[in-house]
Formats: sequence, structure tokens, C-alpha cells
Amino acid sequence: MKYLDAFRDGAVARRMVEQLHARVADYAGQMTFMEVCGTHTMAIYQHGIRSLLPPQIRLISGPGCPVCVTPVDYVDHAVALSRLPEVVIATFGDMVRVPGSSSNLQHEQARGAEVRIVYSPLDALALAQKHPEKKIVFLGVGFETTAPTIAGAILAAQRQGLKNFFVLGANKTIPIPMAALAADPELQVSGYLCPAHVSAIIGPGAYAPLAEQLGVPCVITGFEPLDMLQGIAMLADQVLEGRPRVETQYSRIVRPEGNPRARDILAQVFAPCDVPWRGIGVIPGSGLCIRDEFAAFDAARRIAVEVEAPREHPGCLCGEILKGKVRPGDCPLFRNACTPENPVGACMVSSEGTCAAEYKYGI
Amino acid sequence: MTNNIILLGHGSGGKLSHQLLDDVIIPRLSGLPQREQNDAAVLSHGGRRLAFTTDSYVVDPIFFPGGDIGDLAVNGTVNDLAMSGARPLYLTVGLILEEGLPVADLERVLDSMKAAAAAAGVAIVAGDTKVVPRGKADKIFINTAGIGVFDHDLEILGSGARVGDQILVNGTIGDHGMAVLAGREGLDLHSDIQSDTAPLHELVADLIAGVGRDLHVLRDPTRGGVATTLKEIALQSNVDLTLEEPALPVGEAVRGACAILGLDPLYVANEGKLLALLAPEAAGRALDIMHRHPQGRHAAIIGEVTGASAGKVYLRTAIGGLRAIEMLAGEQLPRIC
Repeated sequence: MKYLDAFRDGAVARRMVEQLHARVADYAGQMTFMEVCGTHTMAIYQHGIRSLLPPQIRLISGPGCPVCVTPVDYVDHAVALSRLPEVVIATFGDMVRVPGSSSNLQHEQARGAEVRIVYSPLDALALAQKHPEKKIVFLGVGFETTAPTIAGAILAAQRQGLKNFFVLGANKTIPIPMAALAADPELQVSGYLCPAHVSAIIGPGAYAPLAEQLGVPCVITGFEPLDMLQGIAMLADQVLEGRPRVETQYSRIVRPEGNPRARDILAQVFAPCDVPWRGIGVIPGSGLCIRDEFAAFDAARRIAVEVEAPREHPGCLCGEILKGKVRPGDCPLFRNACTPENPVGACMVSSEGTCAAEYKYGI
Repeated sequence: MTNNIILLGHGSGGKLSHQLLDDVIIPRLSGLPQREQNDAAVLSHGGRRLAFTTDSYVVDPIFFPGGDIGDLAVNGTVNDLAMSGARPLYLTVGLILEEGLPVADLERVLDSMKAAAAAAGVAIVAGDTKVVPRGKADKIFINTAGIGVFDHDLEILGSGARVGDQILVNGTIGDHGMAVLAGREGLDLHSDIQSDTAPLHELVADLIAGVGRDLHVLRDPTRGGVATTLKEIALQSNVDLTLEEPALPVGEAVRGACAILGLDPLYVANEGKLLALLAPEAAGRALDIMHRHPQGRHAAIIGEVTGASAGKVYLRTAIGGLRAIEMLAGEQLPRIC
């Protein structure tokens, strides 16, 4: 932790904030920077970064929380599976509270379903080894950071000949929706704070089309407060210079080539596919679907279950919030019908969701 | 979707717990307004004031680094009495045992209850034991109730905070919750985090003797952690509080474990910590008193009451930003006390 203290130094932060204010003082326009990583969203709120920025710089949150962008019918599918007596749902904690059409996993657990919170897909694999009489279904939610470990778990299950380990897949990739949002004239994104750990896998080159073809500055930024302030300053400099490019602030982790081994595992197990994003709709090629060779581990293909017809809450603005078009306070449900203890939309339920962050930390 | 069944989050000590108390339990049993809800009831009899409280302990695992469910059940109730300013005198114990519990485990828990009671200077004077079939409880549940007496006429209440009051904590936060988590099967944190479970009545007696009427609020930040407890105080007293992040004492191992698991130490449970809100002119003296006591060696001033209004709690972050602090929303760590 002493290492991290260097990235939270108050005196250095004050100097950086002063320099940023001076740098943009004469800029007459508005810079809108979007972060597309839930951990960045939380860091911005947790450290009160918005309260330190000059009025010329506005931060908006994009679709970077994997739980938030998981569609309601996926939750319904998981709920239906959890009701089968032989199924144990293994999942990262956030997923248990995401509302489906009429229930969620937390409520199913209270009614008797077996739902285990795990910290890694390998924990789910261990459950499958320990309970051969059960079908262990891991909820495969996440971007390029978590997807390789899920792919690794599937490969391990295959090596071990496990017949009771399954993944209900909803993995997604992040650069494709970034391009879709960059092209949206309503948003006018002036720059992206690119995700840190996703970039450690996919490498800076994945954002080159954003900068080169769409003219949007990109800075791969770490999660510590000084990382964030530096990333924002680098984006501001690109806007002031009028020279959009991909830069890496988080160079202590992100290598120019990314992580080729993780990408190999991803490509071995998953294939690109068209998937729906909650509130956004289907984005072609943005999903990671389990390849046919590994269909034996695909819960959607191997465990038959009837899933209810999906219903979204009519007043929920999660979709617009995920696209950065409105702020949580603009949603009529925010703090009223929709609270962390009784969330209506996924942006409120996930600990990395924009609404949850605004509810918890907003002043 | 409605919350028409009890969820684990209803026992988190956070917002769901408060809703259950305010909407379901208190209206039916007492009607006591939130402003008057404290860690112990204050009763008058024969010209003397008594403090009376009860608490149940369902921690999993029952043995954890730095303690077990037995000393937790004694210290927790001793501390609830101490937080009202009372001197703890007597405890009762209710045991609910699950069929199959090894007698050796029960003996170990009872021995540590005895040791904790002796250390806190309280007598265990009555009790009850029930056994339920396997699967109807988790090894052992303990209820303790306690009576204490006031040796002074001070009123130390959650509604007592005043603008300008300084907020003190008697040491590092989050140790208990993380020790329990580290002790849980399947989560190997490779840490030496120990629970801080300890009786705080002597520290409280020293504070009362040293600062007297300048001491306005005492509360032990158990479930829901420092954040939730301060939010309760802010709401009860109709004041705004501001914490200074760099001043918060957090041990290295707890910080590291929280960072790995994505937890905020402000919301992690404590079992040997108190928050004291007192007049600014007494803060330095109170800090000295704490530093001289074994339970207060790492005490710190962590913030102050910054305004009279809506019950807001703010955190001034290490880099100078400002953000709000709310109650724990769901459950952060299940079954910690």
C-alpha cells in the first residue's frame, strides 16, 4: 500500500489541479470526457475528482460497468436456472441484486435457490469438482479483463473432463461501443479515459481507429487519483493541441502489445458475436460468445429452461445514463423508486454503476 | 419487485436494517422515534438511572483471528452499555445450539465468555440454553442482555452532537470485519489481521472523568462501520459532519485486503472502537486520554460537525475533493457480529 500512497499525495494533487486550471483558463469551449470503466466511475466519485475540475471540463460516465449493461433477459435466464433443483448459480457478488423482470437472484436465494458468491471462475470450477451431483452455472459477465479467466476456467474444465461446469455467457468487448458512442452527435465526446485493465489485455492499438478515424483523443488511465488527474490533463492537452491520438498514462501496467497470451485464450474459447447491451440495444460484433467446440460448457445450450418474457421498468433511464446522455439526477426514479436497497435499474444495483456512485458519493 | 421477505441485507446494520426497524419492528413494539434510539435504554428506578440493552451474535465463523463469538457476545453488550455512559454490571446469556456442535467448541466459547466477563468486571447472572435440529441454526447463536448503572448525571445521546464538535475514533478501523472475512473458509487473505474485540467501558469512564459535559455523543461503529454510524448520528442530531480522509486510521493489512476485495474500510465492522463527538475545546484533552489508554493508542481526530441541517456526512478526500457518505446500502460482509 505504501506504493499506492505515492498516487494519492494531496500536495501533488493540488499542484496538478492548479496546473490544469491554468492550462484551460483561456479555453472558451466545453470539453466532455467520458470514462468507460466502472472502476474509473467509482474512483471519480470516491476521490471527489469532479469537485476539483475547472468549469471547462465535464466528466460523463459511459457503459463501462459490465453488470449494468447486462440485459434483463439474461438475469431472467439466470433466475430461471437458479430455480432448477440441481443447479447451483456461482457468480460475482454484484449480479445477485440485479433486477430481472419479476425477481432477482438474491430473492431466489431467500426462497431456497442455491446461489454462491465467488471471487473467481476458478472458485466455481472448484465447486463443480466438490459437488458432482450438482450443475454449477457460472455467470460469465465482464469485459476483456474477466473474460480470459472465464475462458481459462472452461479450458481447465475440459482438461479435467468435468461434465457439471457451465457458463451462462454475457461477455462483451469495450472498444466497439466506444466507437458507437463517439459517432453519436448528441453526445459530442471530446475524449475518452480508456479503461486501465481492459487495455492491459487488448493493448493501446485497439483504440487507434477512435483517434485516427473519429478524431477522439484517448488516454489509457490508471485508477488512483493522481492517475486520473494526469489522464484528464493529457486529454485536455490533446484537445488544446487539436491532435487526437492514443496515449498511455497507465504505462506501469499497460504494455504496447497488451497481453497476447490472454488474447490467445480469448480467441480459442470465444468468438465475436452480436449481443444486446442493456439500454443501448444490439451492437454488432461486441460480444464474446462461447465457440461451438466448447458448447458442452455453455449453460444456454446445455440446460433447458423456460425463461419469462422480459419486462423493463418503463420509467428507468438506465439506457440514457449508460450512453452518458443524462445524469442520474435526471431520472425520475433516482432516489425515489430506485435506491441501492431496492434498485430498479442496473446502474443503481452494481457497486460500479453510475447511479450507485451518485447515490453513495454525490453531494 | 417488493422486499416482502427478509433478505440477508436486512441484518447488515445499514439502510435495509434501519428500514426494517423503522417500518416494521419499532412501530409494533415501542414507537420510539429515531432521534431517541440509542445503544441502550436509559431507565430510572429509585432515584438511580440504569442502562439496559440486549444484542444477539450470529458470527460466521465462530472462531476468528483475535477472538470468537463468546468474547464478542460479552464485549458487544458491555460496549452498548458503555456507549450510553453507564458502568456495566450484570449480563444474561441465551445460547441457541445446533445439533451436532462439538461440546469442546461450546466449552471453548464459554471459557472465553467467562474470561471476557472477568476482564470487563461484569457478572453473568442468568441464562438459558436451547438446542435446535441440525440445519436450523449455524453452530451457535448467543444473545446477551446487560444492565449498567450511571455514576454521573451526564446525558450522552446520539442526538447530542453540536456544530463545532470534533469527531474522535479510538484507533484503526475495519479490523474486526476483515479478520472475520480472513477467517472464513475459502478466502485466504494471507494476512495477520486480528479482530479488535475489546471492552471499552474503562476508556469511556476515563473520558467522562476527563472531559465531563463536553462529551456529547458516544457510539460504537459495529455493523455498517464508521460511515453508517456517523450517518445515524448526523440524522439524529440534525447536523452535517465532515471527515478528513488522511486522518482516518486504517491499518496497512486492512487497507490492502479492502483494496483487493473492493471494500471500503469506512463500512467495515469494528468491535473495539468508539466514536466520540465532543466540544472543540475538549478535543485535545480527550485525545490525550485516549492515547494513554491501551484501547486508544492509535486514537485520532477524524473530522468535525460542520453545520446544523440535513444530516449529511461528507468526506474531504486525500486529494482535496469532497464527496458524500451514505449508510451501507446492502450487505457488505455477511454475519460479522
